[in-house]
Amino acid sequence: MNRLPQWIKRITGASVGVSVFFAGVSMSNTGLGEDAAELSTVEFIDANIQQGYEDNEIRPSAVAGDDEWVRRVYLDIAGRIPTLEEVKQYLSDESPRKKTALIGELLDSQDYVRNFTTIWANNCIGRRTPRRVSRKGMEKFFREAFAKNRPWDEVVVDIVTGEGHFEENGAVNYTLAQMQMADEAVQLTAMTTKMFLGMQVQCTQCHNHPFNNWQQSQFWEFNSFFRQVRKIEHRKVDPETGRRVDDFSEVVTRDFSGPVFFEKRSGLMQVAFPIYQGTKVDPNAFDRRKEFGKLLVAADNGETPLIAKAFVNRVWGQFFGYGFTRPVDDMGPHNPASHPDVLERLAADFVSSEYDVKQLISWVANSVPYSLTSRFGDDNEIDNPSAGEMPLFSHMYIKSMQAEQLYDSLISATNAHKSGKGGWEAQESQRRRWMQQFVAAFDTDENDEATTFNGTIPQALMMMNSELINKAVNAERGSFLFETVTKPGKDAEKLQELYLAALSRRPSRSEIGKAQKLFSAYGRNGKLYAYQDLFWALLNSNEFICVH
Amino acid sequence: MPIWNNYGMGRRHFMQHMATAAATLPAVNFLSHLQANAATVKANNKACILLWMSGGPPTIDIWDLKPGSKNGGEFRPIDTAAPGVQISEHMPGTAKVFKDLSIVRSMSTREADHGRGRYFMHTGYVPNPTVTHPTFGSVVSYEIGRSRTALEIPSFVSVGGGSGQAGFLGMSHAPFVVGSDGRINNAPTDDAKKRLPGRLEMLAAVESNFIKSKRGELPEAHKDVYKNAVNLMTSRQMAAFDVDKADPSFGLEAETEETKAMYNPAPGGGAAMGMRGGNGFGQSLLMARRLVQTGVPFVEVNLGGWDLHQDVFNTLSQQRLPVLDRGISGLVTDLKQRGMLDDTVIVWMGEFGRTPRINQNTGRDHWAASWSNMIGGGGLTNGQAVGATDADGVRVADNSKAYLPGDIWATVAHAMQIPLNTVHTSKRGRPMKLANGGTPIKELLG
Repeated sequence: MNRLPQWIKRITGASVGVSVFFAGVSMSNTGLGEDAAELSTVEFIDANIQQGYEDNEIRPSAVAGDDEWVRRVYLDIAGRIPTLEEVKQYLSDESPRKKTALIGELLDSQDYVRNFTTIWANNCIGRRTPRRVSRKGMEKFFREAFAKNRPWDEVVVDIVTGEGHFEENGAVNYTLAQMQMADEAVQLTAMTTKMFLGMQVQCTQCHNHPFNNWQQSQFWEFNSFFRQVRKIEHRKVDPETGRRVDDFSEVVTRDFSGPVFFEKRSGLMQVAFPIYQGTKVDPNAFDRRKEFGKLLVAADNGETPLIAKAFVNRVWGQFFGYGFTRPVDDMGPHNPASHPDVLERLAADFVSSEYDVKQLISWVANSVPYSLTSRFGDDNEIDNPSAGEMPLFSHMYIKSMQAEQLYDSLISATNAHKSGKGGWEAQESQRRRWMQQFVAAFDTDENDEATTFNGTIPQALMMMNSELINKAVNAERGSFLFETVTKPGKDAEKLQELYLAALSRRPSRSEIGKAQKLFSAYGRNGKLYAYQDLFWALLNSNEFICVH
Repeated sequence: MPIWNNYGMGRRHFMQHMATAAATLPAVNFLSHLQANAATVKANNKACILLWMSGGPPTIDIWDLKPGSKNGGEFRPIDTAAPGVQISEHMPGTAKVFKDLSIVRSMSTREADHGRGRYFMHTGYVPNPTVTHPTFGSVVSYEIGRSRTALEIPSFVSVGGGSGQAGFLGMSHAPFVVGSDGRINNAPTDDAKKRLPGRLEMLAAVESNFIKSKRGELPEAHKDVYKNAVNLMTSRQMAAFDVDKADPSFGLEAETEETKAMYNPAPGGGAAMGMRGGNGFGQSLLMARRLVQTGVPFVEVNLGGWDLHQDVFNTLSQQRLPVLDRGISGLVTDLKQRGMLDDTVIVWMGEFGRTPRINQNTGRDHWAASWSNMIGGGGLTNGQAVGATDADGVRVADNSKAYLPGDIWATVAHAMQIPLNTVHTSKRGRPMKLANGGTPIKELLG
């Protein structure tokens, strides 16, 4: 540490980077011996992560109860909590293989397609669609990709090399979204390496990377691949008004050859040629992005392609709340993975499976660590990544619901989906309108955005007072609350239904007692009010908003 | 309208529940707050208003012009009220009030990526994946906001968002984000307010179980945020967000047309900016002043549209600068007239500056090596330009000290009387110095 240059110490504050580095090293030394290759993918994950518990002298939490797990797996795969019927069905299922069966069922559901489409459309074009970009086109592309379970390498190549009309080839919307400013494809370069290769090279635009040997020239070599991209924003005449209005956008390849020039910090100009991982492409190549696409999936140097590792890390992070690196899209020698062997094995098997996305998710969701409860005890209290520790995956980490998950979960919890309005598009646009209240743009070339759906007051106000919540609790005829409260039966049974619908679990005896005691304050005529207020409380509870 | 009086539940009964079942949810302690008078607020009325220029402003065209250099651009410098200090010709109003402002011309910050620059400038720390550093507004909320017991609205308000996170100081110090119109989304209806006590009792009963089971800090944070949200919902101080509302108990008047006009360019100039937050900026600053008046110690106001990779000069002269100029001069004048300027420090910054070299699209790109911040009010020794860049603006001048955001925030801390040796502890138990151990800029100290 003492040998680090002064400025590194100053900007890192202290020795964090270094201690993380050592943690990573100690972990990767705990190999599983020669039998490892014979283990199935899931067995390998389980054994390797188990090894980490032993090395760190902790004991994992217990396996989660059915109620905790079913809610979690619905949220992670289907993007919403299970409905009352779905919970009941799962809880009463006595098959020993019901977990695997449910994972398979969910992966074959429309909700999986919708959830992953949302996640990837948000990744690629943000929640607030940039100007002259078609969200419809982008979503259509991902919807087809996930519904047909297209191999991920094909999906990535389509996105990175896409050309054409933004609704006919929805993949181009990714490129359009990264080209909001005339910045010589700098943002497109930075985003592509980050999103699909898990490499953050954006700082090397201006200088060499401070913590690894990535050079400034490398950024511009990547950039060279994207310099033939051009977007055209077509206009047309509106026949009714006679005015010129926006028509479609399009990505085309333009004639560009030769090197790219960039300025060193010293002020010297330098040239860069299209080079990826040491392989140089003929600068006169007709379409450099196509060449880039080929290099992305090539594995001839014996290493697992970065697109596989990057995707595996993201999916793991999505299911566990923490990936193998932090952040998930910053992998490299300066930022060692918590479980490099698991990452490598999953990525290699993902490639062998021909980039089968559903297979990958199934491995992750069927693993033992994914089955553990989110409660932790004295034996694994130190496994606390939110305090900055390396994740050991000895219990499930609590995540906050994403805004879309919340919206869809409220619909599940309140039966609103049964009133069956509109198709995919109509539902999407309704949800999108609702989302807008939480999204603010930074107004930069990075096209990044801030959300107020982040556990702060605006989110709390929405949960307490919004139209969406009012609808859920107002007990109109036909709604879940109305049906439950007005049907014959005891309070205790009705309370159970409310808990199951909102929290996917039955209330404890003491919870029923407490609720009944509170109910008495509402008097005989206030029963409906009491139920409304309880349901409001369930939806506003920490347990509801957390994925646990 | 007594909030506890519904469903036959008496106040005493209700308060008992709040005290026992939910010491966690002091929903209705607002009464005692209301009775506290403005004098308590006055006792410590230090505040900071951060003008955040999202996108990275070309400070070489605003605060540190280089006439005669190849990088000089199209604008001429003009004199200000502070002898020897010149700024852009498109900032005439600001020039007039410059005795109360200062420029730091030798910022050198290394981070030229929006996300990283935003984080560095707001926190004083370089992004680090294992820890979330608190944005400085959260630090102020933690250090000063907590002791302002009469304050019912959040002690860190961000108008326009993007201010960062509270990190290890906890969710209750996160910025409360509102739009420039000050409208609070999903404010409660009267009916919802009436039902709140019953609902909160139910909530306390439902939540306690999950909080007690060991699951980390999210469930706890949720509870804290709800407490703040309930305080806000039931508070009359909400009037501070609405420039047309009066509430004499906090000395708030409905703003007159004259006051509004002070903050906004005349119609036509800059009014064309629409959704890019042009005209909203003046109103946001006016709201910021009202919030400070009510006792909020940190308000951040966002003005976007600075990522000028192309057409920088037209955009500045016709859009950005008229709005900025009017906003700054209006704010300084208004604060001064009300006797609030010496207690309110104003900071102006963005993620980074922009390249001295003008690119082929008549734009300027990202540049962190040599650029300017502006600071003023707060009882500092103003009317000066601290530090300098070289003749072409490409580096900090040889005889000049280079400054980091930590130095700016240390100066703010000094002005707000937050002890500089304050240390916070990260979740991992690591000590974190205030403003990353930055040093107040000595030229600015009185």
